[in-house]
Amino acid sequence: MKDRHSLQTMLGFVAIYALLATFTTDGYYQLILTMVLVWACFGLSWNLLSGYTGLVSFGHAAFFGLGAYTTALGQMHFGLSPYVLIPLAAIFGGISGLLVGIPTFRLRGHYFALAMLAYPLALLYVFEWLGYQEVTLPMMRDQPLAYMQFEDPRIYTYIALAMLLGGMLLTRKIERTRFGMALLSIKQNEAAAEAAGIDTYSWKLKAITLSGAMAAAVGAFYAIVLLVVTPISVFGMLVSSQALIVTMFGGVGTVWGAVIGSAILIPIAEILHSELGSYLPGIQGVIYGAAVTTVILVAPEGLYWKVRDMLRQRKGGTTTPVRDMEAPNSVAPSLASIERSDQQRSAAESGEVILEARGLSKQFGGLMAVDDVSFKVRKGMILGIIGPNGAGKTTAFNLLNGFFEPTAGEVLINGRNMAGLKPHEVCAAGVGRTFQIMRPFMRMSVAENVVVGAFVHASTDEQAHRLAQEAIEKVGLSAIADRIASELTSKELRLMELARALAGQPQLLLLDETLAGLGQSEAEELIVVLKRLAAEDITIVIIEHTMHVMVRLVDRFVVLNHGKVLTEGSPESIIRDKSVVEAYLGKKWSAA
Amino acid sequence: MNFLQTFENVVQAAIAGLLTGSIYGLMCVGLALIFGVMRVINFAQGDFMMVGMYAAYYIFSLFGVQAVFGNSLGPYVAILLATGVSFVFGYFVHAVLISRVSGTKTIQLDGEGHYAQLILTLGIALIMTNGAQMIFGSVMAALRTPLTSAAWELPVGTNISVFLNKSRSIAAVLSVLCILGISLLINRTRLGKSFRASADNPVAATYMGIDVNKAHRMAFAIGIAITAMAGGLLATNYPFHPFVGLEYVIVMYAGVVLGGMGSIIGAFWGGLTIGLVQQLSTLVLPTQLQNTAIFVVFLLIIFFRPQGFFGKNAERT
Repeated sequence: MKDRHSLQTMLGFVAIYALLATFTTDGYYQLILTMVLVWACFGLSWNLLSGYTGLVSFGHAAFFGLGAYTTALGQMHFGLSPYVLIPLAAIFGGISGLLVGIPTFRLRGHYFALAMLAYPLALLYVFEWLGYQEVTLPMMRDQPLAYMQFEDPRIYTYIALAMLLGGMLLTRKIERTRFGMALLSIKQNEAAAEAAGIDTYSWKLKAITLSGAMAAAVGAFYAIVLLVVTPISVFGMLVSSQALIVTMFGGVGTVWGAVIGSAILIPIAEILHSELGSYLPGIQGVIYGAAVTTVILVAPEGLYWKVRDMLRQRKGGTTTPVRDMEAPNSVAPSLASIERSDQQRSAAESGEVILEARGLSKQFGGLMAVDDVSFKVRKGMILGIIGPNGAGKTTAFNLLNGFFEPTAGEVLINGRNMAGLKPHEVCAAGVGRTFQIMRPFMRMSVAENVVVGAFVHASTDEQAHRLAQEAIEKVGLSAIADRIASELTSKELRLMELARALAGQPQLLLLDETLAGLGQSEAEELIVVLKRLAAEDITIVIIEHTMHVMVRLVDRFVVLNHGKVLTEGSPESIIRDKSVVEAYLGKKWSAA
Repeated sequence: MNFLQTFENVVQAAIAGLLTGSIYGLMCVGLALIFGVMRVINFAQGDFMMVGMYAAYYIFSLFGVQAVFGNSLGPYVAILLATGVSFVFGYFVHAVLISRVSGTKTIQLDGEGHYAQLILTLGIALIMTNGAQMIFGSVMAALRTPLTSAAWELPVGTNISVFLNKSRSIAAVLSVLCILGISLLINRTRLGKSFRASADNPVAATYMGIDVNKAHRMAFAIGIAITAMAGGLLATNYPFHPFVGLEYVIVMYAGVVLGGMGSIIGAFWGGLTIGLVQQLSTLVLPTQLQNTAIFVVFLLIIFFRPQGFFGKNAERT
């Protein structure tokens, strides 16, 4: 099994490392062995937040430093033992992570990174001002065990090794559950994750809380080993950078990244520093800087992934897609079979209203992108929204599923007003959505992509996997469920997005130009799938340009122009409406 | 009398703020030019500034500028030369490193390349800071002129008068002149037009025959040169060291965000505001917490007004 395999690798690594430490007699090398583990652990904490969510933290030193000062001051002022202080530091770290996360997660991308930078630097000056320029932990030579002040430096390495193993197991555990999947999906595409029902904000808060706790615990241990804490050594820029750099160098988003990076970079930097540091101060920083500069240019994901890709290629390339393997379920559609029966259509005319837009408006500055739009969607119907480019179709969708808050109006889902709620809440209420510009999680397999969508209504991970599997079967992608999304064709990606939306057990699907960029026969295949879904009582609202397909697919049209509803009605009436046809579909159609 | 004393202190701090703020403003414009045209967050901007400071320092003392132009004019000549050196340095760094993760290369990168750009410039910053420590040592250096400790006395009313530090005043005036030059460059020249086009829509600009890559390289080099000049002017008033970049990088980001990411002239007003806030904070806060005050202001700005004074929308969904 793969599972047991990686656990064995971890235990093997720990055993070899312990052996190495046991036979290292030199105190200085022993310290390096300990520090490699400390920074690896710190790197893992950074990875937990930044590696998985993709939100780069430039400020992990804030947590590390708080942990270190908690220990130093706790022992100095209250005589507390490290066994109390390390957990205490972790609690403080977790709380500060949460406090930092609550405001800072409103920011994205570089704003987030820069804001994170400000925290440790602000703390650095505060601690200097408080007069903690240099805090030395009191010596407790008479109680070495109680205060972790061991004569034998090897013991520190063993403790650090235990911490690292803990960190690795925790990371691995997270990676395999809903938590890790949610974080990864945020990294790949936050908007898609939200639309798939992932409460991105609360997952990010969980991640930073845990990450802060881990970082603070490592900082606490660091203080115990070195016995001296200064603001610059625990809050400084180099500390934050080190977490980032060992992880980036070794590999982002994996248990092993920080360990590999730390094992290579820390000894090099330390030894060079001790050999040359007296006349070349700052050599460590240059090494770290050069390492991260090189890695971002040569192997942006880090060594681990680079080596893995190279090994895969040598093996004969399991990564290369098998082009001729088409999905066996892809039914060659006969045109007759995709006509909607009159019975279905009439049912759709009179069914209960599942979604209603009431006076929906959205203003961007001076532009009314959506202006007083009202329409009803009845259970089991397929509603088509058409209109020229810029008519406000996608904006209307964004209002319906919660990406935008309407300037005015209501979105009633089963009679409940959902306007202004977050996309994941709308998703939980039974609205699935796909995107005009596809938003697959490119690095994840089809099955993983879809399972992200399944969590919203699954109480256990097993159930989520089952729901995902069902959704994949429904769209006919079972044969390629293990392929990575980046290897798929447009049609397969469209189907996968559909499956991801389906996995959340929606009553209503919002499909934004699902057929865009597909050839005739591919589009027909998708149409077959959509009709089958409609027959299974899933209500569909679809934006589409391909008129001849739409006419046969939908039960009713809503025509938008300049953000307003121009007209609505049956396909027949819309097709015959000369003004609609001429204005929105071109002269060609008015002749037909 | 006590009230008068307080009033005098406030006015004095406000003037100091405006003078220092002008230099900060210039610094911010350098960063904003790079961000505005290239959409690259240059984390190493502060360190480029530090290199500019050392360049001015050594050009002044080692290359005969001091001997030829004397102690008063010499530093400014040296700063001008250092600005040129920084331009070449910036040009080179863009060609070798930055261009690999920006411009047309961003299409292949995650998150429009922001991730790679941040990390790459962090790496460059680390190399520069620590490399400077190796070469120049951690001793404080200063580009002192006789003007550094001289001041004009400006009577305000009958009982109070404020002091205008001469070198700070000159630095502020030069900063403002430089800003005017930059805005002429952006609005009136062909190069400026290519900057604006590349910033607005790089793809369309390419179709219109604009060499976007070249525009980026020039923007980066000029941005570095501007910030280096600000650094030189700063060095005539404050001592510096290899780690000075990090202190100012936050000032710069605060200024740029406040002015509105992407608004080049807005960055000047942003920087000016930060200078004012910093100097006024000395009235109520201990000196050690001055930087903390800037960080807090910075955080408040990005939380409550991420689009800044002049920016429209900070980010698109």
